[in-house]
Amino acid sequence: MLLTLLAVVTMAIVRQRSLFGVAILAGIYSFVMASVLIVLDAVDVAMTEASVGAGVSTVLLLATLHLINSTETRPIRRNLLALFFSVGTGAILVWGTLILPPFGTPDAAIHKHVAPRYIADSVKETGIPNVVTSILADYRGYDTLGETTVIFTAGIGVLLLLHRARRRGRAVDEAEDRG
Amino acid sequence: MQTLGIILDHYSYVITIFLMMSGLYIVAARGNMVKKLVGLSIFQTSVYLLYIEPAKILGGTAPILDPAFSVYSNPLPHVLILTAIVVGVATLALGLALAVRINEAYGTIEEDEIFERDRET
Repeated sequence: MLLTLLAVVTMAIVRQRSLFGVAILAGIYSFVMASVLIVLDAVDVAMTEASVGAGVSTVLLLATLHLINSTETRPIRRNLLALFFSVGTGAILVWGTLILPPFGTPDAAIHKHVAPRYIADSVKETGIPNVVTSILADYRGYDTLGETTVIFTAGIGVLLLLHRARRRGRAVDEAEDRG
Repeated sequence: MQTLGIILDHYSYVITIFLMMSGLYIVAARGNMVKKLVGLSIFQTSVYLLYIEPAKILGGTAPILDPAFSVYSNPLPHVLILTAIVVGVATLALGLALAVRINEAYGTIEEDEIFERDRET
């Protein structure tokens, strides 16, 4: 099953020391995740994950590795406290899932709320057959506006950080030229 | 037999939580900044799964309306996670830019080396 493959790739990421390998494995992880999302009927999300998660994120990681010039991490030390903490939290969460409704049942609480109204009325109200699109752009348009604000802010942050770094580098170069 | 049935019903949740905890472990135990960020994005993707899994109805189809189908998966979590994916890549970009800056200032992105450098000054 695909989910098991996902777990295997994650273990590989945990064990991998070469940062280049980590970047490539992260890309593979995103593609497997996109396949899982298609199986779960979330086709729009799968498309975004394949382009953004596997494409843009991998390019960003590789660009960072190019700027940083370090490809190997330190030898792996076992960190028992962190391991104990993660396993403990995981056990509590698994215990918590036991009261969740079983996978795929149509009468779970999540399917009784606003979803039936979206499915029944969205074509009449917006004229778009893809329900995900009509919710994203119409019913929850303010969410999308907030999202673009976040991306704008993050973009400005990245530009400021990298611009400052480049200016600092140029100042050092000029000082060396003078000296 | 009954416990086996419960485990099979909740198998997808167990894997989701496994991914979540691996991400948490990478963030806590690994000293390399880039690897920490990859761990953080694994944690994030496990949250996507946590939202999308309950939305699936067995025997349903993708929420694109067509007279040929009558059962659709729940579209609302899909919309929320679409937003989350894009915001996730924005934060990843910001984190990587910070890592580049730290590398300029300290010459390393290993956490313990940075702490040593701080103690010396």
